[in-house]
Amino acid sequence: MINLEVPKKLRVLVNQARQTADNVFRPISRKYDKAEHDYPVELDMFAAIMDGMNDALVDGGAGSGKLRQGTKDSSQVQNGINMTTVLGLAELCRGDVGLSLTMPRQGLGNAAIAAVANDEQLARFGNKWAAMAITEPGCGSDSAAVRTSAIKDGDDYIINGEKIFVTSGERADAVVVWATVDKNLGKAAIKSFVVEKGTPGMEVTRLEKKLGIKASDTASISFNDCRVPRANLLGSEEVSLDKGFSGVMQTFDNTRPVVAAMAIGVATASIERTRELLKKQGIDADYKRPAKLSSQLEAEIYQMEAELEAARLLTIKAAWMADNGQPNSMEASISKAKAGRVANYITLKCVELLGTVGYCEDELLEKWARDSKILDIFEGTQQIQQLIIARRLLGKSSSELK
Amino acid sequence: MPTDIQGLGLGLASRFAANPLVQKYGLSKPAEKIAYIATKKGFQLAQKALAKKSNKPKDLKSLPAPAALFDLSLTEEQQMIRDSVKSYAEHNIRPLALSADENAELPETLLKDAEELGLNYFAIPENLGGVGQLSPMTNALVAEDLGWGDFSLAYAILSSSSVVNTLSRWGNDQQKSNWLPKFCDENQVFNAAIAVQEPQPLFNSELLNTKVKQNKKGYIITGSKSLVPLAGKAQLYLVVAQFKGKNQVFIVPAETKGLQFQSSPAMGLRAAEVGTLTLDKVQLDKHALLGNNLPQHKAFCYQTFIDSSHLAWCAMAIGCCQAALDYLVPYVNERYAFGEPISHRQSVAFMIANMKIEIESMRLLVWQAASRFERGEDFHRDTFLAHHLCMDKSMEIGTNAVQLLGGHGFTKEHPAERWYRDLRVLAVISGGLQL
Repeated sequence: MINLEVPKKLRVLVNQARQTADNVFRPISRKYDKAEHDYPVELDMFAAIMDGMNDALVDGGAGSGKLRQGTKDSSQVQNGINMTTVLGLAELCRGDVGLSLTMPRQGLGNAAIAAVANDEQLARFGNKWAAMAITEPGCGSDSAAVRTSAIKDGDDYIINGEKIFVTSGERADAVVVWATVDKNLGKAAIKSFVVEKGTPGMEVTRLEKKLGIKASDTASISFNDCRVPRANLLGSEEVSLDKGFSGVMQTFDNTRPVVAAMAIGVATASIERTRELLKKQGIDADYKRPAKLSSQLEAEIYQMEAELEAARLLTIKAAWMADNGQPNSMEASISKAKAGRVANYITLKCVELLGTVGYCEDELLEKWARDSKILDIFEGTQQIQQLIIARRLLGKSSSELK
Repeated sequence: MPTDIQGLGLGLASRFAANPLVQKYGLSKPAEKIAYIATKKGFQLAQKALAKKSNKPKDLKSLPAPAALFDLSLTEEQQMIRDSVKSYAEHNIRPLALSADENAELPETLLKDAEELGLNYFAIPENLGGVGQLSPMTNALVAEDLGWGDFSLAYAILSSSSVVNTLSRWGNDQQKSNWLPKFCDENQVFNAAIAVQEPQPLFNSELLNTKVKQNKKGYIITGSKSLVPLAGKAQLYLVVAQFKGKNQVFIVPAETKGLQFQSSPAMGLRAAEVGTLTLDKVQLDKHALLGNNLPQHKAFCYQTFIDSSHLAWCAMAIGCCQAALDYLVPYVNERYAFGEPISHRQSVAFMIANMKIEIESMRLLVWQAASRFERGEDFHRDTFLAHHLCMDKSMEIGTNAVQLLGGHGFTKEHPAERWYRDLRVLAVISGGLQL
């Protein structure tokens, strides 16, 4: 039965996340935007609260560390962990994207572990804060070109290489590293390894200075003969041409809607604040006349709200499919593509509409317009998402449609 | 949103955590533990309380409660209806579309044949010969699939059922029993149309120039209506006009004296035989005012009427855009340039990807609005935004469909130029249809 409402049972969580955004994140938002690389000490307390909240959820919780594809059961619809996470995170990012990204134990590495780890690994790493290291100086979107190597040596793997743009790479307890076990075997040989903080040979070499999300640290990490037990390899050890890379990529089906949700959060914040400020000027877009009979300013607001609503529903849809065990690769990319570009457009448009009020640091609008840019880049750029969608629709391989 | 108790606590906890003393004396770990337990307990309690609340016995008379979960699956019944409508669209509508558009003429047998679909029967109450199920959500699915067949033929087909839906939703007993059984007569096709649009620039459906005055015999109506489907061919018209400062619907039988029809073909919608209806001091009978004398809660609602029509247009546009995408995918794969299919070029492939993204966007907005409408909830803002998005994106898709076919798209060899013309109406029309 078609119903696009947020289920009642999740409204408690959404409200909690909203309260957190307003009372924890917003008050310290500007502080950590200015003090880039300072650790937000407030977050440890908050993380404890968050864990309590997630673990109390009747359906098994929420958060990156719990994302898993549901099982297909046509008799009963599920609104599970994927949807909960997406809805919660959108609210948190309405508060602050950077702080949400640096929330302990909510890293993208946690999502990777949750998606493919076995029970033994879940027991060891389930409660650790895990970052994700894919990008290298010579490869970003082309993640199959990873050059970091992991060479088997007895019961261990020895990792060598350089990773950049690792979100929470310095703060996290562990990093999930993508490395190839055999450079001659192409992308099928790419595996992911959990490398715990303090492992000899692993070193954080630098922290980026960035356009936005400054509260979140973005690290470069180098691996020099870094020895990791074989038991830290996520998924199957065997190099299989059918499943290998797609297994690693599967994480994205769960995490792309999560990043889309972040975009929805920051875009919502911008529109809400813009509406508040315009209302003080006596301007209130009230949906009474169609855009072409309204002022240009009202028309802009309608356009933004329509685009945002579309992005929001696409994102919940992608999460809903994951919860119900429906293959959602294309929908995950659709949600990410739409939400990423919509968030860029909205946050920038709001700055533009409000003039210097939007542009100056007295308001957070200029910060949101900087923060939002990353959401159309990481976890697959706009263009990568379009490639994925187009390949699916057109039935093309990556060598045909490049 | 106002800060609640939990929010207050969170704010305090956060300030506590940032206190340098807490950091210095290592107080944060035990405090975090307390925070964890307190939150978990408090949160479980809140959930239990909520669960209890929702277990209260429901008032039987109230509207059906919203389904508990977010869900995009169709009911079995909806799936069956969809399958049959889609198949009808493919086999009975599509083959007629090209010549109907070129001749600007409704294929003679179309409306008679389309009765097979039984669209008119859904809304009509059981005691008057119908099924008694007026479902805006299901109607939106039907409109999409008919629009997928052909936009303007779908307009013609949905014209009568739109009138049925309007009469069923807002008519008084006399009006229902007088008019609805005529739509169930298997021996005779009874066609009807809704007239809202007026021929002037900046037309605003809130400020109608068609006016009605009351007199002893009933009502006198004066005004002009454009883009009326089946103009001069239908047996019944619902004309929207201003009466006593309110926008109302008037029931106008085709045989009423003084109705003037003028064929006025447009850029698109040609097969629906749209025309202008002029009413110059036309006398209507006492029963002409839709829903007259009904109690407040059943009274006609103009905003719902307009919103419902916008949603129907949006749904048809989505179908038309889906048809364009379905047509273009094989085309760009088969069309070679520079030694490979043009789909191997990102400039082409990304246009296809964007069509898909926006079709999905439009569909979800329309589904959200239509399902709220169905549950009797406020759906004005949802419709407004859905309509805004559909105007923008469907016209873009209509344009790009021609562009991707290149010079061929400009010719009538391909249906893209028809979609290009038909889809423009989204930005133009109010009324005409009703979910």
